Amino acid sequence: MANVLVVTSGKGGVGKTTSTAALGAALAQAGERVVVIDFDVGLRNLDLVMGAERRVVFDLINVVQGVAKLQQALIRDKRLENLWLLPASQTRDKDALTDEGVGRIIAELRTKFDWILCDSPAGIERGAMLAMRYADEAVIVTNPEVSSVRDSDRIIGMLDSKTVKAEQGERVTKHILITRFDPARAARGEMLSIDDILEILATPLLGIIPESQDVLRASNVGSPVTLNNAASAPARAYTDAARRLMGESVDMIVPAERRGLMNRLLGRRAA
Amino acid sequence: MSMNLLRLFNGRKASAPVARERLQILLAHERGLRGQPDLLATLREEILAVVSRHIQLDPDKVTVKLDRGPTVSTLEVDIEVPNNFEHEVRANRRLGAV
Repeated sequence: MANVLVVTSGKGGVGKTTSTAALGAALAQAGERVVVIDFDVGLRNLDLVMGAERRVVFDLINVVQGVAKLQQALIRDKRLENLWLLPASQTRDKDALTDEGVGRIIAELRTKFDWILCDSPAGIERGAMLAMRYADEAVIVTNPEVSSVRDSDRIIGMLDSKTVKAEQGERVTKHILITRFDPARAARGEMLSIDDILEILATPLLGIIPESQDVLRASNVGSPVTLNNAASAPARAYTDAARRLMGESVDMIVPAERRGLMNRLLGRRAA
Repeated sequence: MSMNLLRLFNGRKASAPVARERLQILLAHERGLRGQPDLLATLREEILAVVSRHIQLDPDKVTVKLDRGPTVSTLEVDIEVPNNFEHEVRANRRLGAV
């Protein structure tokens, strides 16, 4: 059965697109059939992070408006044959996205894929609403920083009220993915700890992605970090998170970048 | 424990506990408001309607502010009225307006 998963956050720049690409690739690497959809109409970037920017012909809005068929707009990844991308439109007005149109596309994708990952735009406007509208699950990307945590709380409220699931009296399964985490700074009390964030948001943790240069390096070359350098700390963290999404139980560790024992011991705040 | 020790060495005060506390207070408040119409906008509109029955007002000159304190909060209503508005009110009354 297909799973529709929205990657959202409210706040911009926390790593939604990076996380969508990395989780999508990790799920595909595990053999799942995956499509990642960019909902950021007018500011598309998932194509760039996935390295498919020169292969975009048709986009999400073309399909919504019936200009193109879904099969014509889907772009197959060059590295993984079971990973596909549905890009956003770069030029068109975002009002062209309709609830009904998105519903139709998601319903069709459900028959073809195991995972449908919706990369939400920042904010709480139409694009973000439509990205989460048909979700079964949500990954809320959060940085250990007050504004990001506040926006995540707001998004959690929307997931619990504005989605089709919520309107039917069901629940969207929510997960927190903490990105740009710096264990050393958290240990020094300069950064909200994992426990602080989870306690405030009262939502289970999917994974902890450490702050790392590998993330930038991967996006520079247009490759999801799990494909670009699978042994790197962020790639291992994303791979673990993807396994948890598939229902496996994987120990929650903060993958470190070859740090000393002391640093690793201090990675979690003492209770 | 480790945090306290480190703080002792580098002499800086940890800011994360402050962040946590501020967030907890703020979010408790925001969650309470969720799903309700915007209280301040409603107040502003209704105050404007009441005062406008007697004094001609520029709607932009009415501001309603809420300042949340730890124990009590202050609701500040600031209405800028034109000079001589009392005379205008009396004149209107004589003409049978309002």
